[in-house]
Amino acid sequence: MSQEGLLRPGIIQLRVLDMDEAITHYRDRIGLDYVSTEEDGRVYLKAFDEFHRHSVVLREADSAGIDFFAFKADGQEAVDGFRKRIEDYGVAVEDVAAGEMPGTGKRIGFTIPSGHRIEIYADMELSETAPETHNPYIYKDEPRGMRAQRLDHCLLYGPNLPEVEKFFTEVLDFHIPERVDLPDGTLAIWMTVSNKAHDIAFVNHPEPGKLHHVAFFLEDWNDIGHAADVMTRYDISRDLGPTRHGITRGQTIYFFDPSGNRNEVFCGGYTAYKDHPTRIWDGNHVGRGIFYYERQLNDAFLSVVT
Amino acid sequence: MPDGSPFSVMHSIRIKGCETTIACAEGQKVLMAMEQKIHFPNPRPVRVGCRKGGCGACRVKVTKGAYTAEKSSHSHVTPEEAAEGYALACRITPLSDLEIEPAFLGPRRPTEKNE
Ligand code: FES
Repeated sequence: MSQEGLLRPGIIQLRVLDMDEAITHYRDRIGLDYVSTEEDGRVYLKAFDEFHRHSVVLREADSAGIDFFAFKADGQEAVDGFRKRIEDYGVAVEDVAAGEMPGTGKRIGFTIPSGHRIEIYADMELSETAPETHNPYIYKDEPRGMRAQRLDHCLLYGPNLPEVEKFFTEVLDFHIPERVDLPDGTLAIWMTVSNKAHDIAFVNHPEPGKLHHVAFFLEDWNDIGHAADVMTRYDISRDLGPTRHGITRGQTIYFFDPSGNRNEVFCGGYTAYKDHPTRIWDGNHVGRGIFYYERQLNDAFLSVVT
Repeated sequence: MPDGSPFSVMHSIRIKGCETTIACAEGQKVLMAMEQKIHFPNPRPVRVGCRKGGCGACRVKVTKGAYTAEKSSHSHVTPEEAAEGYALACRITPLSDLEIEPAFLGPRRPTEKNE
């Protein structure tokens, strides 16, 4: 295995206004499997094609948004290595004890210059309903709802993009397949630690710590159409799509959960390698970059976040 | 679900700066009534975002009339502001005729040229 250090996004913890509505949305509409509700009220879910215990954690709160986004590392040694590099860089690191989340080992957490909390961990139990590994079927039970296969990425809004970029590339070993540069600075960066077109992305925004969307991976364009059918059937608030992104080339729909957190269903996207040059967009073409068919941004893209 | 059909109790909504009066059924959300009545190419006086009370795009101040409000994100309307008549249009339904004004707080989209 040549990928070392951080492997992939592993956990997102989201704040929701009403837990029952949120469970219906994420379990029955997006199609995640319900894993557990713990004593503190947090609800754990996973996609059917994910191996580990959980990937989406919901916490009931007075305001919607993101608590943190966590990356899984390939071992505790790697986590310890990142801890040292982060501290040497001058960013404070906090410990989260093993078991703070069920089935999950110890984690480290830190706040990046955009105001978001990022975590890193190495250990999580395999799920009881993990995909088969011995003469496997493609699924055990046929997927529900929008048939989400995995947590894919998130797009975060916040200030200090140049510092965020420096931190992710120099300290966490991400690379940048794509970016939007305006005359007065960078508007957005798409970063990956794997060879997905993006594992995390940022848009420059004055308020810190905001969530633009969390994305779930679907198999193909047919499933994107099926997801749109589900949205109309259940009166889910759709933002834009089905369409394609010029940036990442993924096919997509943006829509909202019952608390106003934007979700995305995403499929396709190119394969990104570290030695590929970064694709760069300018302000006059960013509309086509974000929404390839519409060729312009909608009103909500730059202003609606939680 | 009330959808503004002729059998529902209707109230009229006036939005400051907008000439069109909007008919909104009791039980229907003010924002959805506006979306049905005013759409492209006419600019919407109140922004539309998540339609779920989370993003704050549709923040308004109700200056006249009675309404009920569903649970929404406190980061856009604090309890004190709610007492002063601030609300999210996607979370309120009228109990009488209403007068409202847009009160969006978030950063505006920078002007840009599309091709
Ligand atoms: S449209 Fe998002 S809060 Fe009303």
